[in-house]
Amino acid sequence: MLMCREATGLMSLKLEKALSLREKIALKVHLSICPACRHCVRQFDLLHKIGNRHPASLRMPEREQDD
Amino acid sequence: MTLTATLAAAHFTQLRPRLVAFARLQLRDATAAEDAVQETLLTAFEKSATFEGRSEFETWVFGILKYKILDQLRQQRRQGTWQPLDQNLDDDTLDRLFQSDGHWQNAARPSHWGEPEQVLENQRFWQVFDACMIALPDSIARVFTLRELMGLSTADICKETGITETNCWVILHRARLRLRECLDHGWLN
Ligand SMILES: [Zn+2]
Repeated sequence: MLMCREATGLMSLKLEKALSLREKIALKVHLSICPACRHCVRQFDLLHKIGNRHPASLRMPEREQDD
Repeated sequence: MTLTATLAAAHFTQLRPRLVAFARLQLRDATAAEDAVQETLLTAFEKSATFEGRSEFETWVFGILKYKILDQLRQQRRQGTWQPLDQNLDDDTLDRLFQSDGHWQNAARPSHWGEPEQVLENQRFWQVFDACMIALPDSIARVFTLRELMGLSTADICKETGITETNCWVILHRARLRLRECLDHGWLN
């Protein structure tokens, strides 16, 4: 079964590429039983979104992608 | 000096420290950072009269800096002065944050941050964020900056830095874990 350590790896990876179905399910199941990782996944998503909100961001709005 | 040019000059003065801070974060070399910002400001100043809105102007100036930084990185690589990324991160992030069975260490367990929009509007969040970025090890900070602040894809980061995409993913995972932890400690407490 997926543990927090590997779960955070998938949370990070899903911001870079599409996860496999098996990975998606494993992450979803883990998140459903682990409040700490639910906080973590929201924070990773936030850190990913801040790119174009940071005062020193060089990211162009049109480069934003939806995940 | 026209009114537009005067306004532009004032904007440059305000922008400059932020541009330098950003360039240093990425280039890790004070002289190279100054050069990149200097070239950016020269380019921007020549064309600044065509801008009206301030945020539009800032986005544009940062856009120029982005290309100057990438130029500098390429130049450093050609001249052999580029600091290669340390691929064998002798880094204990994962062992420090997780128990041997894969659960979070008690002290490292993430807590609730509140609504994302409110978090991003909080000045203190950004102060701690910047402090946390500076605390990151060089290789991790450079990859995270290229990815999240400059918006490069991991494929492009491989091209620019010569690391593998898998390595890039590993580094980003550590960057996110460390930033999250640092923000949790520095911002909430
Ligand atoms: Zn968990």
